[in-house]
Amino acid sequence: MRDYILRRLLMLIPILLGISVCVFTIMQLVPGNVVNGILGIEQTPELRAIWEKKLGLDQPPLIQYFRWMGNVLRGDFGESFRTGAQVFPEIISRFTITAELALLSCLTSLIIAIPLGIVSALKRNRPVDKVVRVAALMGVSMPSFASATLIILFLSKAFGYFTPVKYVSLIQNPGTNLEIMILPALILGTTMAGSVMRMTRSSILEVMRQDFIKAVRAKGAPERITIFRHALKNGCIPIITLVGMQMGGLLGGTVVIEQIFSIPGLGQYVLTGISQRDYPVVQGCVLFIAFIYVIINLFVDIIYTYVDPRIQYA
Amino acid sequence: MDHLLDICGLRIETRRGGGKAMLLDKVDLSVKKGQSFGIVGESGCGKSITANALMQLLPYPLRVSDGTARYQSLNGEKELLSLPAEEIRGLRGREIAMIFQEPMTSLDPIFTVEYQMFEALSFHNKRIGKREMHERALEMLRSVKIPRPEQTLRSYPHLISGGQLQRVMIAMAMLNNPRLLIADEPTTALDVTIQAQILELMNGLKAANGTSIIMITHDLGVIAETCEEVAVFYAGQVVEQAPAAELFHNTAHPYTEGLLRAVTSLDGDRADMGRSTSQSEAEAPHQNELYTIPGMVPPGGEWSSGCRFRDRCDRAAPRCAEALPALCEIAPGHLCRCFRTGEEVEAR
Amino acid sequence: MSKQAILRRALPGAGAALPRQSESAFILVWRDPLGRAGLCGVALIALMAICAPVIARYGVAEMHPKAKLTAPGLTFFFGSDNFGRDVFSRIVYGARVSLIVGIVSVGIAAGLGYLLGILAGFFEGKCESIIMMAMDIIFAFPSILLALFIVSALGPNIINTMIAIGIVNVPVFTRTVRASVKSVKSMDYIKNAISIGLTPRGVLLRHVTPNVLAPFTVQATLALSGAILTEASMSFLGLGIQPPQPSWGSMLSDARKYMEIAPWLVIFPALFIILTILSFNVLGDSLRDVLDPKLKL
Repeated sequence: MRDYILRRLLMLIPILLGISVCVFTIMQLVPGNVVNGILGIEQTPELRAIWEKKLGLDQPPLIQYFRWMGNVLRGDFGESFRTGAQVFPEIISRFTITAELALLSCLTSLIIAIPLGIVSALKRNRPVDKVVRVAALMGVSMPSFASATLIILFLSKAFGYFTPVKYVSLIQNPGTNLEIMILPALILGTTMAGSVMRMTRSSILEVMRQDFIKAVRAKGAPERITIFRHALKNGCIPIITLVGMQMGGLLGGTVVIEQIFSIPGLGQYVLTGISQRDYPVVQGCVLFIAFIYVIINLFVDIIYTYVDPRIQYA
Repeated sequence: MDHLLDICGLRIETRRGGGKAMLLDKVDLSVKKGQSFGIVGESGCGKSITANALMQLLPYPLRVSDGTARYQSLNGEKELLSLPAEEIRGLRGREIAMIFQEPMTSLDPIFTVEYQMFEALSFHNKRIGKREMHERALEMLRSVKIPRPEQTLRSYPHLISGGQLQRVMIAMAMLNNPRLLIADEPTTALDVTIQAQILELMNGLKAANGTSIIMITHDLGVIAETCEEVAVFYAGQVVEQAPAAELFHNTAHPYTEGLLRAVTSLDGDRADMGRSTSQSEAEAPHQNELYTIPGMVPPGGEWSSGCRFRDRCDRAAPRCAEALPALCEIAPGHLCRCFRTGEEVEAR
Repeated sequence: MSKQAILRRALPGAGAALPRQSESAFILVWRDPLGRAGLCGVALIALMAICAPVIARYGVAEMHPKAKLTAPGLTFFFGSDNFGRDVFSRIVYGARVSLIVGIVSVGIAAGLGYLLGILAGFFEGKCESIIMMAMDIIFAFPSILLALFIVSALGPNIINTMIAIGIVNVPVFTRTVRASVKSVKSMDYIKNAISIGLTPRGVLLRHVTPNVLAPFTVQATLALSGAILTEASMSFLGLGIQPPQPSWGSMLSDARKYMEIAPWLVIFPALFIILTILSFNVLGDSLRDVLDPKLKL
């Protein structure tokens, strides 16, 4: 097992290199170059030259890439053009916020989706199933920003709710923090729940059709054990895959919800970076998020081996 | 001998394309204590669903629409088809056990054999300890002649061969010393040499424990090896039923005859099952050419009126199209559904 | 189940074969009540987009300074915004923008994906691993993030939005086509046909393309809803369609400031975004059931 994880980590290297090349290339596409972004309209040729030298932009792209990668590997993602602050520590501190939101959303989604998916599969084609399936489709089709806006509108009209202005971290005050996070997590969670529910339903149905379920029942298993121990555990691999992909997607997907609820997470940081043309921030965040995404996928693969003894990574 | 199980007027139907289709039509069977009862027929004749219906394990759109199955359990007579879920669950695996056609897919792939054998015990005995379960599982695996029982217990199903897995399935089914074992094509998925071993094993277990067996198969060879009483199914009905020796010697129904001619025995030769060879030689001049019954079993609900076998029967007469022959007793204990042997018409 | 098989089920629509049915997919979808609803929804939105100049009562940028933030009524069906523009007309034209962005970007994705998938499927070895590696890399970015990133580099406008969304969607199509090519190639009758002189072009035109059509259609429908969603999100964040072009996403975003006093500014764009995406998803689902019975459970 350790060998497998090590080998998988080694296999990450080309992917991560590819990602960095991709990010670097896209940055090269920025019209003019990043100096425009720093100097705005106040640029003079002298100032430009100074900045280009400072940023190494006078070098050929290949050298620029290696210099950048060298820094990145040492945890130096550069400094923000706007604030002058180091990008990497900022990413880490904001990542914890986004990760909290993502985990809460995932939790919400699983709590909603798994039981409903099971019920829907067991009561196939009955009214309950139909209601659940339509609800799931609605969930899948509900963009979080649209539902968030509508829900805020409703809450403000009905209960005088307003979106929190100031963020409080989990360590400062867990209660207040949860109060802030709960609504966005619920909204993201229900959006995710739709597809998780569909996946749960279809994989439970698929497992329930298999011979061994009948064999388990023929042994005299109580329904509870047939469903939770045998059907769910066998059917959970596609669900885990999906949740893993969604977790990764959430790291990007929180961009919108963080904006709406003024949560100072990674998404908001990227967005501010983009709108202020603060390229080190953008570059750093994108690279970081892609890295996390890849790690989550690795993690999912490792979970497989624990769930299903047939999956062997020899 | 006492009857262990009496199936009476069993009807099974399914929903298809908005309508209903009959899959099993008024089947009566009775199994005596300690008897092995064979059910034989081609795929789609309704053999397996009969077994599944007894255990209330019919897959989703199928349901029992009529009939009873009275079973003499240790706690008195039970009507299996209408038994409440909790009660039938208590019988499954303890009094009535089942083994399936595909050993490779009949064990949960993500649990060890040991875990699944323990389940079979603990479902029916909450107080049983780990150690005792281990002992009994091991003992059972030994009795089905698994070469390395300790190692097999620790294995996951995908690491075990099909033949060994079927032994495991049998061991698992026998763990609670059931009174009735339903074997749904237990040897179909196995190699011929292993088939013989499995059948021998089942015969041995039956002799040792007095378990009644319902043997479902499409292979008359298997019936000849194991069963005392045989029912031949065709298109959802019993077409012939007799003690095994009687059936093989005095075959009455053309379908049974066709099945017999189509059989290759376990030795690889054409099977004669001990019956006089004169007739079969006359009909099948090429000894080595495998006989096939022309046509296919009509799917459930698309049965022709009259005799359901007449489209494939080489002796069909005009009257076969007019009415459905009834199952008549043509000799003591020998029932046949054919106008050539009986005159009665099935009442609808 | 291999991991590949799992992913194939997790990502809808991949690896199916076109059923040889006498009835057309259209009729089968129509027979399914949900499919019919989806089809009607999509048709309605398409109609709205095509006939926008006829339906809309005012120009998209036409301001009525005396009628700012008026509630829905006979003059302004869906009310007017803070510039006194007719929300109804903007919604109608917004459908046009949404659909155009969706169709063009899915077109880009499908075209590129088809090409790359064919290449990867036919030329196994280096070519395949490079292409699939590239796809894995694109896949390693959360889609909206990558789209935002590309747009931020290229500059936000409608063309770049379409390019960005297109690129993000390439991998799904590439995988679908590659899987199809490989499965077709491994079939015995194709091997036989090749051995008696079927050219690669013949394989491509006569066997791969018809085989890939079903999963491709399903994929495209679902990708369309995804693309519309991404565009709306990007515009909501101000990095998609730029004013004065109307986009439902940016309308919703702009309206948030006036939510308290003019809720209709929020409700209508949100409703149309949801209905559009819902229609495409319902249609895609139904299509998948019809074209790919293997996935129907």
